[in-house]
Amino acid sequence: MKFFSEENLELADVIISRYPKPRSAMIPLLHLAQEQVGWVTDDAMAEIAELVGTTSAEVLGTCSFYEMFKRHQVGTYVINICATMSCALMGAEELMEHAERRLGVKAGGTTADGMFTIEGAECQAACTEAPCLQVNYRHRYRVTPDEFDSIIDELSSTDHNVPDHGVLSQIRQHIPEDRFVGAVPPGDVASAPVWMHDEGVD
Amino acid sequence: MSDKPPSEVTVTINGVEVEARPGEMLIAAADRAGVHIPRFCYHERMSSVGMCRMCLVDIDTGRGPMLQPSCMAPVSEGMVVDTESEDTKRAQEGILEFLLVNHPLDCPVCDKGGECPLQDQTMAYGPGESRFVEEKRHFEKPIPISDLVHLDRERCILCDRCTRFADEIAGDPLIQFTERGNSMQVLTFPDEPFNSYFSGNTVQICPVGALTAAPYRFKARPWDLEQVESTCTTCSVGCRVAVESSRNELVRYLGVDVESVNHGWLCDKGRFDYEAINSDERLISPLVRDNQDRHQLLGTDWGSALARAAEAIQQAGPQRVGIIGGSRLTNEDAYAWAKLARVVIGTDNVDAQLGDGLPAEVVLSLPPATIADACDADTVLIVGPDLKEELPILHLRLRVAATKGQTKVIEIGPIATGAEPYAQRSIRCRSGEAAKTLTALLEGDDPLGNQLRDGSVVVVLGRASMAESATPALDVASVIRDRLPHATFLPALRRGNVRGALDMGLAPGILPGRTTIDHPSESLTSRWQTFPKKAGLDTTAMLQAVVAGQLDTLILLGADPLHDFPDRTLAAEAFQHAQTVIAIDNFVTESVGQADVVMPSTAYGEQGGTTTNIEGRISRLTQKITPPSSTRDDWMIAAELAWRLGGDIGLSSREEIWREIEQVAPSHAGVTIDRICAPETHEGILVQGSSIELSLPTPQEPPVVDGYGLRLVSGRKLWDAGTGVSHSPSLQHLAEESMLRVHPSDLHRLGVSSGAAVRVISTRTTETLLAVADDTILRGTAVLPFNQPGSRANRFIDATALVNDIRIETL
Repeated sequence: MKFFSEENLELADVIISRYPKPRSAMIPLLHLAQEQVGWVTDDAMAEIAELVGTTSAEVLGTCSFYEMFKRHQVGTYVINICATMSCALMGAEELMEHAERRLGVKAGGTTADGMFTIEGAECQAACTEAPCLQVNYRHRYRVTPDEFDSIIDELSSTDHNVPDHGVLSQIRQHIPEDRFVGAVPPGDVASAPVWMHDEGVD
Repeated sequence: MSDKPPSEVTVTINGVEVEARPGEMLIAAADRAGVHIPRFCYHERMSSVGMCRMCLVDIDTGRGPMLQPSCMAPVSEGMVVDTESEDTKRAQEGILEFLLVNHPLDCPVCDKGGECPLQDQTMAYGPGESRFVEEKRHFEKPIPISDLVHLDRERCILCDRCTRFADEIAGDPLIQFTERGNSMQVLTFPDEPFNSYFSGNTVQICPVGALTAAPYRFKARPWDLEQVESTCTTCSVGCRVAVESSRNELVRYLGVDVESVNHGWLCDKGRFDYEAINSDERLISPLVRDNQDRHQLLGTDWGSALARAAEAIQQAGPQRVGIIGGSRLTNEDAYAWAKLARVVIGTDNVDAQLGDGLPAEVVLSLPPATIADACDADTVLIVGPDLKEELPILHLRLRVAATKGQTKVIEIGPIATGAEPYAQRSIRCRSGEAAKTLTALLEGDDPLGNQLRDGSVVVVLGRASMAESATPALDVASVIRDRLPHATFLPALRRGNVRGALDMGLAPGILPGRTTIDHPSESLTSRWQTFPKKAGLDTTAMLQAVVAGQLDTLILLGADPLHDFPDRTLAAEAFQHAQTVIAIDNFVTESVGQADVVMPSTAYGEQGGTTTNIEGRISRLTQKITPPSSTRDDWMIAAELAWRLGGDIGLSSREEIWREIEQVAPSHAGVTIDRICAPETHEGILVQGSSIELSLPTPQEPPVVDGYGLRLVSGRKLWDAGTGVSHSPSLQHLAEESMLRVHPSDLHRLGVSSGAAVRVISTRTTETLLAVADDTILRGTAVLPFNQPGSRANRFIDATALVNDIRIETL
């Protein structure tokens, strides 16, 4: 069964062409798949395997190594509540309990309307701003239960700028023609790319 | 630094200076020096990964001793190693304690218990007690990851051996590590099982009981097994195996690592088809056709069966007897039959090949190559069958060599094969046109032409399709002889000891020791005295002669022409016309079912002797179990028949036969029993000499397919309807029903949708088959696998035609 939309399939070809070996495009293509439906489906993995010339098992192996590739359906907004030391001391447990009550799901669960998934997370490197959480990997600092409610209200409205889960920018990067190194296998690289010489970089 | 890398480096292991090879890992150098370093993930035939940390040893390279994994530490000059230091011991205890954290210790119910590296190394190097009191991780267990392999994730220690094997060696990366950290586990993709022809090897190399083989699960305890080393005869590659039995029943084969052939690997067919030998369907007593009811075969005694066979042979007279088959036999059996045919019966109508190989005089005179030569050659040119299907371990060796960059593989053939993923170039041509394609390649300005001309070349030559005669392959040989005279050959021949049977003279015009009937050796002439002076008929000619009334008695030596001969129509007609058919076999195949006298012979594992692989390598077969009931060795049947015919082949034991072979067969002179039985001949004895001169016919132009026709291509599959697979309960369901595969545009042109039934018309028959669109098939070609369950491709094939074309029509 085909997974990628026509538009994404074209983009997939562009992404593959950036690498000397198609297999190297596996992770960017997983991002693209996650962007399309918010998570990585089995069909997506099977199609990626076909596109990069490997087995679905190898794509699964790679995909499942990274926790941020979701292999089950998640909400439009994935909320990661930090539970590591600083946040734990500053009330992360109470925050999680509040979140579970407010959304009516347990940690790891997704609300029935498919809007929110809450997850416990490890340190998010914002210990001075504890307790913290992330909404689709965008930080919110010093979150009190009340503030949690307003985040949910904000996300439920249309008045916010958090993109849906899975939306990423890197894979859509545009490399200008004159800066594109080309798909040269590392072993075949003989000199710095042309544009580096132009700018006098050695 | 010196310009030349040193040829050896000296390392000190436990106070002893050891010469090591530059670039090799310390663990390998220690192995050769006889110092055992415990390990789980390291395997000498795969790349090092340093996963398990069990091989940590104290290594001092001038900066003081440090613990390093010896599988990841390349040897260096002056390296000082201590594998028994206090630190090493503490590390080993610690690693084992960690490895046992999640291991369930269900050893009493584990197949591996008793031969388990984890069990053994815990005994030898472990701390003796565990401090771990927490809950171990749990998984559903075991889960089947393929039809033949079960996975128990609780026992797995994540050493990466099976997953590395699947990726690096087999080229089927269908099992992978998934998740990470404490959740890491080996898995397949959902609904995509580990269907690899080599999956059984993962069970053998698993250092714990995580992977178990379905056919062997709970069949035996390792300490009850008796083991002998032997050679696999499932195909003609000749892999070394350890044959294991329990209570006189074969229960397991393991691959034995020999450098020259299989590197320890086996294909799943070779590994598991022992089930057929244990089968209740084995033929165990002689049978004769009932005179009252011609549809029945009745059980009889050996005396009556032999008498009836001898009578039929005598009545026919020497010129009217033909012997088909013999590739299942050992060298000794084949020699006894070759001698019986020539000296006692007086016929040269003998052929071990069933019309699907290459003429014996060509096989025995092509400049020979070894598998190792192929793996080191600049180029390997494959013009022949799909090696992955027919000679799986040869495929594996070439795949590994090609992916490591040791050699480059070019294949020319009509269909996509297992070599395509690792081939430098796969050139598709219509069946029968390989010679033309090769000539064009060599005449044009393709860089491959120069590569072939300037570098070493090993040609794997055989018949790509049962629907083409031997001529296209011989034409390829002529082109190579003329344009690439430096090339050497590996014949891709079908069936176990086919090479040995040809060496022993089971081919028309060929005498034992690679000599022709018109140039017999002196020793043979003095020993045999009277034998035919004119070359007899090959299998196709014999069957034609039966139909024409020129041959009365056919003897089938483990041959099933109705299934294995390319042309079923001719074989069936011959069976109808034959006065008497005598069959010697392990099973009642369709052909055996039509015989008049049937004699049961011993099977693999029940007989000793020797076998010869496609390279001409002679290796030992070892008897492990006693044969069932009244089955007899093939050479004994030959000796008995000789006696009943009033003659004598003068042979009374396998040893005596080999001594005679060594004396009369010029190519085998000096290959004494002592040499064959010596422990250092573990790798076998390579015999490459031949006194036959290569003579090839002038190439022929294959006919053009007409606009409506499709050229039929019929290759064999590993899982087929042959006796080995169909009598092995674990394997029989793996053979797929055959369907006709055609390029989508050819189907479209006929207005047929993929998966629909079509009428298939050849010069031989018209039958209904399912046709499936497949865009890997060349346009104008139709592919129908040979001898699959259900429809049989050999109904459509005319064995006398150079190539076979079919037409398809809508119903």
